[in-house]
Amino acid sequence: MAPLSHYLAVSAILFVIGTAGVLFRRNAIIVFMCVELMLNAVNLTLIAFSQFLGDQTGQILVFFVMTVAAAEAAVGLAIVIALFRNRQTVDIAKVNILKW
Amino acid sequence: MPLSEIAFYVLSAGAIIFALLTITRKSAVVSALMLVMTFCFLAGIYLTLSAQFLAVVQVAVYAGAIMVLVLFVIMLLNLESEDIRITSSWKSLVGVLVALGVLAQILAMIFMSEDKLPKTISASAAVLGTTESVGTTLYTAYSFPFEMASIILISAAVGAIILAKKRLA
Repeated sequence: MAPLSHYLAVSAILFVIGTAGVLFRRNAIIVFMCVELMLNAVNLTLIAFSQFLGDQTGQILVFFVMTVAAAEAAVGLAIVIALFRNRQTVDIAKVNILKW
Repeated sequence: MPLSEIAFYVLSAGAIIFALLTITRKSAVVSALMLVMTFCFLAGIYLTLSAQFLAVVQVAVYAGAIMVLVLFVIMLLNLESEDIRITSSWKSLVGVLVALGVLAQILAMIFMSEDKLPKTISASAAVLGTTESVGTTLYTAYSFPFEMASIILISAAVGAIILAKKRLA
């Protein structure tokens, strides 16, 4: 059995890959997918702790994170569609109307 | 090295490689497919932790439902591919540096406190991960949050329809 620290390290690496994607990609849909990747990295941490500590609460929390992620996917993609309809682009560098 | 340990390292390497491919591909469709692969590898990692129920939910909900939705939107919008060279702006470079800094911090935190972490997987882990066990807890101790989840889902569905529908002039 791999030690808990290795599970946490894999989760940290995936989370940071997601962070990097959010910070340097400009396509709104890919930024959205990177957020999903970060959510999954956190899920891995929760499940690893849950199984190593023998406490099921972590897995219940992951279940609810997945529920919220599904809701977030629906709303987020609807926002992307509404954005594309109004601006004909999903490049977040060109969507700057709220920027000072 | 026992089989489950080898499986963990192989699956982790796969998940990390496909995650890197996700953020470095120009085409959004290819990125989405790479992300599906990452989610499948993650489901395998959940299996090495004997969290069977969540592994199956991961494949069905993430790799299945959510990513199909994403692919539908990508194909609906007919996107042009973007310039993703890291040097395309100084902001991208700063973004990657910030991410690497965060990684160094998290890894330092994990490995400096390694001796405080539990050494082996809990003896009850195999039981805790089954559908029966998760379902029992979900429908008894957590039945109220479970019902609240249905409210979140229905409001998200209504919100998505309102956001995406054509405005009548």
